Amino acid sequence: MFNPQLNSKGNLNHLLSIEGLSKEKIIQILDTAESFLKIGERDVKKVPILRGKTVCNVFFENSTRTRTTFEIAAKRLSADVINLNVATSSQSKGETILDTINNLIAMNADIFVVRHSSSGAAHFIASHVKPNIHIINAGDGNHSHPTQGLLDAFTIRKYKTNFNKLKVAIVGDILHSRVARSNIHALNILGVPEIRVIAPKTLLPYEIEKLGVHVFHDIDKGLKDVDVIMMLRIQNERMDGVMLPSQEEYFKTYGLNQTRLDLAKKDAIVMHPGPMNRGVEIDSAVADSEQSVILPQVTFGIAVRMAVMAILAGQHS
Amino acid sequence: MTLPNAEKLVETLKNKINEIIDDKTVLIGVQRGGELILQKILPGLKNTVATGSIDTSFYRDDFSSRGLKIKNKPSKIDTEINDKHIILIDDVFSTGRTVRAAMNEIFDYGRPAKITLAVLVDRNEQELPIAPQIYIEKISLNKNQHLELGLDENKKFIFQLKECHV
Repeated sequence: MFNPQLNSKGNLNHLLSIEGLSKEKIIQILDTAESFLKIGERDVKKVPILRGKTVCNVFFENSTRTRTTFEIAAKRLSADVINLNVATSSQSKGETILDTINNLIAMNADIFVVRHSSSGAAHFIASHVKPNIHIINAGDGNHSHPTQGLLDAFTIRKYKTNFNKLKVAIVGDILHSRVARSNIHALNILGVPEIRVIAPKTLLPYEIEKLGVHVFHDIDKGLKDVDVIMMLRIQNERMDGVMLPSQEEYFKTYGLNQTRLDLAKKDAIVMHPGPMNRGVEIDSAVADSEQSVILPQVTFGIAVRMAVMAILAGQHS
Repeated sequence: MTLPNAEKLVETLKNKINEIIDDKTVLIGVQRGGELILQKILPGLKNTVATGSIDTSFYRDDFSSRGLKIKNKPSKIDTEINDKHIILIDDVFSTGRTVRAAMNEIFDYGRPAKITLAVLVDRNEQELPIAPQIYIEKISLNKNQHLELGLDENKKFIFQLKECHV
């Protein structure tokens, strides 16, 4: 099957989704990120390998955290960074995505970090650029958020050495979550034997079982004996419609509190891609507890994004 | 050709390093060969010295042609290097490019008072104005021959010669 992520030599030329990546490729990215993590601990948090390259963050959809971590990652690699909030600029003037990108290529940018509200946007751009331009998907619609999937895998590996003995629960709005999809794919590729999704029926995609997950509607049953709990953000806009009755009701039935956390293994870790809603999907005390690795996830995210950019920029067709 | 006896060379290098170390010395091994040598000679040194190891992957000058290939552990220099005398240890010195990359990285950790380069073998292939102050032997090889320090089944150092097809 044609995979636009890979070049003719089978090397990673773009990062568009977790699907299509081999286990070896994912491990290579995680191992490389491990080296970059050390750079962040130094006094001088910078290495010269992307010196002279230009990284363009093109965000057709708003984001602060993801854009910031990509920006820090690129700067720590010595690249020049341009941030474009397209949501408020040329798109509103009627320019097409490809015209926007082609204009930036004409300004000699090398790597594009793209976020778009439409699934498949990054894939579309990658299919239309020259081979020496690299595209990183920073989230496309409900489809994929591959660097989040990779940084979550990196986080799990940091605390739980062996993927093939783990029980992982993903809790919350699976239906609208590109993070959940990327994580399910990553965990499957890495050989996690039991992935559970915990959500009300209204927030689960049709036929989710086909991705190889176990579905739970009762959080107490779903969290029993798990090693990793991945909480998802409940987006406020979902509350207005028919999907959920109210924030209080959601917290009561699906919020992660200490009593529920105690159902998981004693050394279970709690993850969240952020930004989190305290008192909606997660109890404040749990978010700040010893078992929470939410802030380390942010730190690891920079190292993983450095690894992805460095690997892509080193590819030549 | 007969390759030099690596064990003997390491022993001689240890003696030479022993002559110049003091309480301001930091020994840094360039991965992987230099790090192996460092670990071997450390117990036999007259002073206890601070150490570190360096992997130059992020500082190489051939990233744009070769891409990123990380085979080693991340660099680890946890000790203060400002105003210290660094002895940079490597197995084989050839072009000087690895040493340049290593020095660039070292300066991201601090400003040493002095850096001395100590190697087992100098291949006489210098491409930069960088040369080892301490080397035990000079050997001339063909460009496509790759000389590498390794350990045999008895954990003794040996040199291996590999033909590279570039």
